[in-house]
Amino acid sequence: MFSFKKSALALVAAAGATALLTAAPVHAQTIKAVMHSDVKILDPIWTTAYIQRNHGYMVWDTLFAMDEKFDVKPQMVDKWEVSPDKLVWTFTLRDGLEWHDGKPVTAEDCVASIKRWAARDSMGQKMMASAEGFEVVDAKTFKLKMKEPYGLVLQSLGKPSSNVPFMMPKKTAETDPMQQIKVEDVIGSGPFIFKADEWKPGEKIVYVKNAKYKPRAEPPSGLAGGKVVKVDRVEWLWIPDVQTQVGALQNGEIDMIESPGHDLLPILAKDKNINLFNGNPTGNQYTFRFNSTAKPFDNPKVRHAVFVAFAQEDFLKATIGDPQWFKVCKAPFVCGTPLATDAGMADVLNGNAAKAKQLLTEAGYDGTPIVLMQSTDLQVLTNLAPVAKQQMERAGFKVDMQSMDWQTLVGRRVKKDPPSQGGWHAFLTSWVAADILNPVMAGFFNASCDKAMFGWPCDATIEKFRDQFAKETDPAKQKQIVEDLQKYWANNPTHINVGQWYSPIARRNNIEGNMIAPAPVFWNITKK
Amino acid sequence: MLDFIARRLISIIPVLAVVAIFVFLMLRLTPGDPAAVIAGDNATSDQIADIREKLGLNEPIWTQFAIWIGDILQGKFGESYFFKKTVAELIAQRVEPTLALALCTLVFAVCISVPIGVMAAYRQGSLFDRVVMGFSVLGFSVPGFVIGYCLIYIFAIELGWLPVQGYVRIGVNFWQFAERMVLPSLTLSVGFVALISRITRASVLEVLNEDYIRTARAKGLSNRVVLMRHALRNAAVPILTVIGLGIAILMGGAVVTESVFGLPGLGRLTVEAVLSRDFPTIQTVILLFSVVYVVINLLIDISYTLFDPRIRY
Repeated sequence: MFSFKKSALALVAAAGATALLTAAPVHAQTIKAVMHSDVKILDPIWTTAYIQRNHGYMVWDTLFAMDEKFDVKPQMVDKWEVSPDKLVWTFTLRDGLEWHDGKPVTAEDCVASIKRWAARDSMGQKMMASAEGFEVVDAKTFKLKMKEPYGLVLQSLGKPSSNVPFMMPKKTAETDPMQQIKVEDVIGSGPFIFKADEWKPGEKIVYVKNAKYKPRAEPPSGLAGGKVVKVDRVEWLWIPDVQTQVGALQNGEIDMIESPGHDLLPILAKDKNINLFNGNPTGNQYTFRFNSTAKPFDNPKVRHAVFVAFAQEDFLKATIGDPQWFKVCKAPFVCGTPLATDAGMADVLNGNAAKAKQLLTEAGYDGTPIVLMQSTDLQVLTNLAPVAKQQMERAGFKVDMQSMDWQTLVGRRVKKDPPSQGGWHAFLTSWVAADILNPVMAGFFNASCDKAMFGWPCDATIEKFRDQFAKETDPAKQKQIVEDLQKYWANNPTHINVGQWYSPIARRNNIEGNMIAPAPVFWNITKK
Repeated sequence: MLDFIARRLISIIPVLAVVAIFVFLMLRLTPGDPAAVIAGDNATSDQIADIREKLGLNEPIWTQFAIWIGDILQGKFGESYFFKKTVAELIAQRVEPTLALALCTLVFAVCISVPIGVMAAYRQGSLFDRVVMGFSVLGFSVPGFVIGYCLIYIFAIELGWLPVQGYVRIGVNFWQFAERMVLPSLTLSVGFVALISRITRASVLEVLNEDYIRTARAKGLSNRVVLMRHALRNAAVPILTVIGLGIAILMGGAVVTESVFGLPGLGRLTVEAVLSRDFPTIQTVILLFSVVYVVINLLIDISYTLFDPRIRY
């Protein structure tokens, strides 16, 4: 006779046995983290997206790296020297550097990697424009020969954020810069090894400790120093829903969230098992970008009027809310960094609607509606455009705010059509501070017309300042150039910085050792 | 019967052709540029133009369509713009969670809704009937993600009985698979239970007034036999129809439920592909959903013959 009870017991027993036999191996030292995005692309040179940069820091290493104090320090490089005429730079690699497949890292690999990076990165392009070429001296030594002295060689090779000049094997680095590298070529010499067989886009990406990695002897600082890995395995799980991310952290299913939403921070702060850690004290900068080719923003005076009309605090309160996570900062190269200065900024960003109105009248603004694109699906950006609209309208602008998802905005911002026919006048975005530390690195300062980023500002004076800055090798003189540039730029803006903000990491209390760095890195972290 | 099945399968072709044209045109005519998405925030216009060229997005729209259809007819579904994997591989990776979620939801929904629908009909007007009908209205009205968050808060965070999110493949660890399926399936089945229980109640009520039911009762058959053998079997056709139509609701619901519970299924793949304008993936997934929908409805039609001998194809 059929017995439900017996059958149920048998089923439970069978399932239990199956579970015991098939249980996944326990990884005692596994960190499970939810990053700000899923890793869909594995090539950090092919795209400038930050998640690929973070992935890059796991797998690949860099010749130089920026420390916590914004100084560039050697990383893969053991020693380097520059000739007295500052035209020849000689780099020698550290002993014992190895790719994950066991082959030695060579000077040829590094030269090929720099060439591929420079084909994609604006700072790399600028450096290579002043370069004559490379010379491989021996397996560990190569030279970079310049046509003229160039002041940003080390800053370029130690660039901390997208695109980072990661060193790859020559075979990989010879991939067409416009094509992605293959999955099987994700082989670096960095502190973690990418597990290709466990990579499931949309689900997780897995890295294991590179046991053969030889960290530098110096203590870790920022992205420089000894990259000592203290866990066996790191899993980046992708949980798209922020509420679910928080639930998973509270439940102990994950160890950290790279970028929890600001509205959820109070919930996390109240949880006694969780702490918030600001690993990037220079944070991010909100930016209002003009389309300098579209009337009336082709007139610098009209752009200056917007600069005069804006007040940062309103933007920051509307988006971030809690003052502990934002900072009013007029310095376009970010407060707290070596080139931070308020030079030329006294008359702007004060919310002076009356003066802005007067400037608009002088500029002959004819009431053309400003097409302001608002992205609605990224919480950290959504409230910026309504604030901009209100402050511009107070100054006398007519504003046509058009709402759309971020990817639609991304598609539309590259269009040069007139704003009334599918183009645009302005939008707001955000930069990681590490991307905008000087006028060559900061993409929105590029004013080289069609070669500039979307917005396409065309300003020979700004370009002259950028060239002077790049070729100047004395840091004091570089700072003076930045001040002069800034004074000019305040009246001829290519964009407007509308405030600095911070996004802490939320982590379980048993996670310690996160680095203070512009990118979230996983060396030095312990799990107790 | 075979003739009917063959005709129905042939009828899939024009359906898929219309879906293919519609999806292709919709993606090309809506705003958004996959090349700009791929290039990242710091890319220059030249870099974006280069990527567009490499992806073949500069070709005329009809050329792009012809290439895509040609590939589909050869069984090639293309390569995702982002994942550097073929779309077929991506779908194969994502199909298990969605299939598991759909099956668990169907089982939950049918096991709960059919008995309570039958009981509500049998006890028409009683407190039980009113409670069931009240809850079914609630089930329709509350959005799935709200139910999901409530279940997570109660059963995962407060009680700690079940995990908040994630998916473990059934072959890796059955218990971890099962415990991760409970909350998503319950969430997705709420609306389904509401729908099926109402239809079951209405269908059974209609049948209970038939002469043959009165005859069965007059013969002295027990209530259980009358309800299960005579009433429910005769009421099955509309219930099956609703279950078939409900597959579409289930597909839509899976998109939300998979996002809330972090299940790496086809629903989430669709959302990710739409948000990143991954044209080859969106096109193929929607075509796949269309095929599944048509085939399931065909199976439902065939199953009518099991419950109603009068139906012949």
